[in-house]
Amino acid sequence: MSWSSRADGVPPSAPHVHGSASVPHTMRTVILALSPATLFGVWLFGWPAANLIVLSVLAAMLAEAACTALAGRAVRATLSDGSAVLTGLILALCLPPWAPWWIAVAGAAFAIVVGKQVFGGLGQNVLNPAMLARVALLLSFPVEMTAWVVPQPWLAAGSPGFVEGLAITFGAVPLADGVTGATALAPLRGADGGVSEPGSVVALALGMVPGSLGESSALLLLAGGLWLTARRIVPWQIPLAILGTLALLATVFHLADAQRFASPLVHVMAGSAIFCAFFIATDPVGAPVTATGRLIFGAGIGMLVFAIRTWGGYPEGVAFAVLLMNAATPLIDQYVRPRRYGRTRSGAPLPAGAAASEKRDG
Amino acid sequence: MKFRLFRFRGGVEPASHKAATNCHPIARLPLPKRLYIPLQQHIGEPAEPEVEVGQRVLKGQLLARHQGSVSAPVHAPTSGVVSAIGDHRAPHPSGLPVTTITLESDGEERWIPTDPPADPHALTPAEITARVKAAGIVGLGGATFPAAVKLDVGARHRIDTLIINGGECEPYLSCDDRLMREGAGYVLDGVRLIAIALGAKASCVAIEDNKPEALAALQAAAADHPDVTVLRVPSRYPMGSEKQLVKTVTGREIPAGKLAAEIGVSVHNVGTALAVCRAVRFGKPLVSRVVTVGGGAIRNPRNLVVPIGTPVADLVAFCGGFTQTPHRLLMGGPMMGQILPGLDVPVVKGTSGIIALTAAEAHEASQRACIHCGRCVDACPVGLVPLDLAARVRAGRIDDAAELGMGDCLSCGCCAYVCPAHLPLAHWFNYAKGEINARREAQRKADATRALAEARQRRLAEQAAAKAASRPRPAATSTENDR
Amino acid sequence: MFASVLAVAVLGTVLGALLGLASRLLKPADEDPIVERISDVLPGSQCGQCGFPGCGPAAAAVAAGEAPVTLCPPGGRAVAEKLAEILGTTLEAGSFEEREPELAHIRRELCIGCTRCIKACPTDAIVGASKQLHVVLTEACIGCRACHEVCPTAGIDMETIPVTLRNWRWAKPELAAA
Repeated sequence: MSWSSRADGVPPSAPHVHGSASVPHTMRTVILALSPATLFGVWLFGWPAANLIVLSVLAAMLAEAACTALAGRAVRATLSDGSAVLTGLILALCLPPWAPWWIAVAGAAFAIVVGKQVFGGLGQNVLNPAMLARVALLLSFPVEMTAWVVPQPWLAAGSPGFVEGLAITFGAVPLADGVTGATALAPLRGADGGVSEPGSVVALALGMVPGSLGESSALLLLAGGLWLTARRIVPWQIPLAILGTLALLATVFHLADAQRFASPLVHVMAGSAIFCAFFIATDPVGAPVTATGRLIFGAGIGMLVFAIRTWGGYPEGVAFAVLLMNAATPLIDQYVRPRRYGRTRSGAPLPAGAAASEKRDG
Repeated sequence: MKFRLFRFRGGVEPASHKAATNCHPIARLPLPKRLYIPLQQHIGEPAEPEVEVGQRVLKGQLLARHQGSVSAPVHAPTSGVVSAIGDHRAPHPSGLPVTTITLESDGEERWIPTDPPADPHALTPAEITARVKAAGIVGLGGATFPAAVKLDVGARHRIDTLIINGGECEPYLSCDDRLMREGAGYVLDGVRLIAIALGAKASCVAIEDNKPEALAALQAAAADHPDVTVLRVPSRYPMGSEKQLVKTVTGREIPAGKLAAEIGVSVHNVGTALAVCRAVRFGKPLVSRVVTVGGGAIRNPRNLVVPIGTPVADLVAFCGGFTQTPHRLLMGGPMMGQILPGLDVPVVKGTSGIIALTAAEAHEASQRACIHCGRCVDACPVGLVPLDLAARVRAGRIDDAAELGMGDCLSCGCCAYVCPAHLPLAHWFNYAKGEINARREAQRKADATRALAEARQRRLAEQAAAKAASRPRPAATSTENDR
Repeated sequence: MFASVLAVAVLGTVLGALLGLASRLLKPADEDPIVERISDVLPGSQCGQCGFPGCGPAAAAVAAGEAPVTLCPPGGRAVAEKLAEILGTTLEAGSFEEREPELAHIRRELCIGCTRCIKACPTDAIVGASKQLHVVLTEACIGCRACHEVCPTAGIDMETIPVTLRNWRWAKPELAAA
């Protein structure tokens, strides 16, 4: 009868019901949570940004399909998990919005092939593929990767049209002077003593600043991130630890020397801190599996982000921080394990209650 | 006695699906024509047949007596004639046969004479335990551990708290719920008798908060008995697991590898309490039980009183049959129940439910790669790291898995329930635990083999030496050789 | 320039000396000779199914690399895995032919009471006297076939242990091809 055994002859074991969670559902939900900020970014930076996102996602899917086919696995089933789409999207959101087409394509292919498939595909990679690709691009093409345009909202005077957008993405049209600007993170370097004035924090929150797509609207990203956390798609420990640690360190240093160190609000709102906290660092593949481990992981990222931003050679440290803590994850998982029921932390059985195990008299 | 609730780690909250059955009163299944009574319906040694083929038996008559220290007797669920003693398919996923007594009922339901005590509450603990043992009562929550063995523990350990498990945390099942609503007085009597047997000072009936009617019924029944507390516990699977329930009610954890009795706690199911009341107060052995027949593929799901040994097909037919071919036919709940090999298997003492799930209810999906999300870690009520265990089991590294605590796994299925990759985690763990047992058995045998081989070598050497010594004087060797 | 050369030289010397010292002071305790560890794992029944005269010679052969770790049929997979671990190798998938454990069973009508099987049994698992029916004690039988081979009437069958509810185990689920 149909219920007695499966095709392989092994009778299925309990549980016979299953929760609603699934990998494709998880990926879809994350993409959904990212969409407001993505759409806002596209509005902010116009056609070239849209081109970049499409290219990055397509390249990621193509690379995934090619690798899967090469490995002799089911291409359609692998693509349907949505992880390649998400990697492509996250990568695109980390790029300068007017970056040329080959940045997106090379980056997405690198993320999927080197960042993920050489390890054995989804779930096997140690490092976050999108961040790996971003760092590789940053080191290889520093000029293209730091050409931040000033926002040119769609339909505004300066916004490029569709054809013009294609020319920016594919063509050899050099970016005109004055289109680019420094990202909000430049002042965080401390050296030039730039301290944010109140107005700029509002601009950061709304996203009206030069930067990558994912650095644009802090508020929309925060909303999407909080929604994901509430849906329990991402564990709350990681964003809390990242933003908490970052804010704490920034507060301490800002109080010590407000001239040299930016305020915590700027640190949290600027750059991709929120994007990282909710969408990048929470990629489960490279994050610890226990609640305590996730807190350690997040705190490590927060500290590294602050250190790299403040004293490092790059204005933004999110990608490096995530990669470094990804590398530390196996170690964290090795040492941070939950205490097992009826056992001490070291794994020895708990002592039986002295009074309870006595023999009854009578 | 006041109880403060504690929280156990992990767990899941699956949709309860109890509404379809818990609204109908328990119905009585018409007496089936033929009953199949397996001799092994409990943990431990199988019972030993006391009757012969062709023998006429009365309802409640002993069919097979217990053998060994952990065992339980089996009684005739109705009056009739024993038509066969032999193999019949067991209610077990393997579909393997088990020695079974087949009973043709005569439809008269004639009881064997019983000897109820004048005042059951005046009995000594040993007398209560003896009556429970003779009645063949086992843990009716599904564990089927002989109840008398657990009551006997009271003679060796000081039990301060008796916990009655009315959690019924498995989805779909509502037999305990209905039992508590309809037989609260009997359940409470059983609780007090168990408390006497154990010498427990305080008793607590723990009921999940999704059963307010059962809670109210037992609270009303317990109003006159200050030694029995009826406790509302959160609905959280696996609340009905002994370890998790003990933690919730007492805040204490049962040390690994120990019995609950060693921390002064004993846990029994509400169904067991009712059976104890029937056995001790009325002198009636365990010959029937309440079974939930449910699941989306059953036309009229409800709870039934069923004689032990009734073929599952009779239950399904009484409930209107299937609306569609079930995707899974289970004995027990969907989280820990076992798949049935067919409809010809009988209801046994541990059968809390017959659940026929549709494919939509099972929510099955294709397996994908583990994404390391850690949901299984969050869900594990034991504190294991299921994804690590699974990786080792899949790679055949059973010993490594054992080192990471495979043996502590409850097989509750929480990890597999939440896994977004739909990996058969619990199945791997069941396999690994079987493998660990087999290896332990093999090791035991290897040790025994070594000892036997060494003894043989020694003996051969001694014989050779004796022979050498005896050559000059053959007369003096006989005693040497005989040793 | 000179300062850096000197610094590196001094550093090298000091660290080298430290390493030498460490290897001398922190020398790991002598491990059991490998043959001994292997023979501890083998069943020790001297049944000879591996083709060696006993477990001692078999252990020596495994240690010398002359015999595979899968040589012991009664030990099964568990022993093979332990041997592989001792030798620091891995048990390749498929290299081990899983043999169903067997038990000897004497056919009553064929037993002539010759006691040859009793003498051949490495674990004293067969009892009986001369001209009497012999019986296998299943608890002690390791399924080594020694008795099966010496029986003059071919009256000893090797039977696989039947699967019952008491020894049934969950099979390993295969991953569905993704």
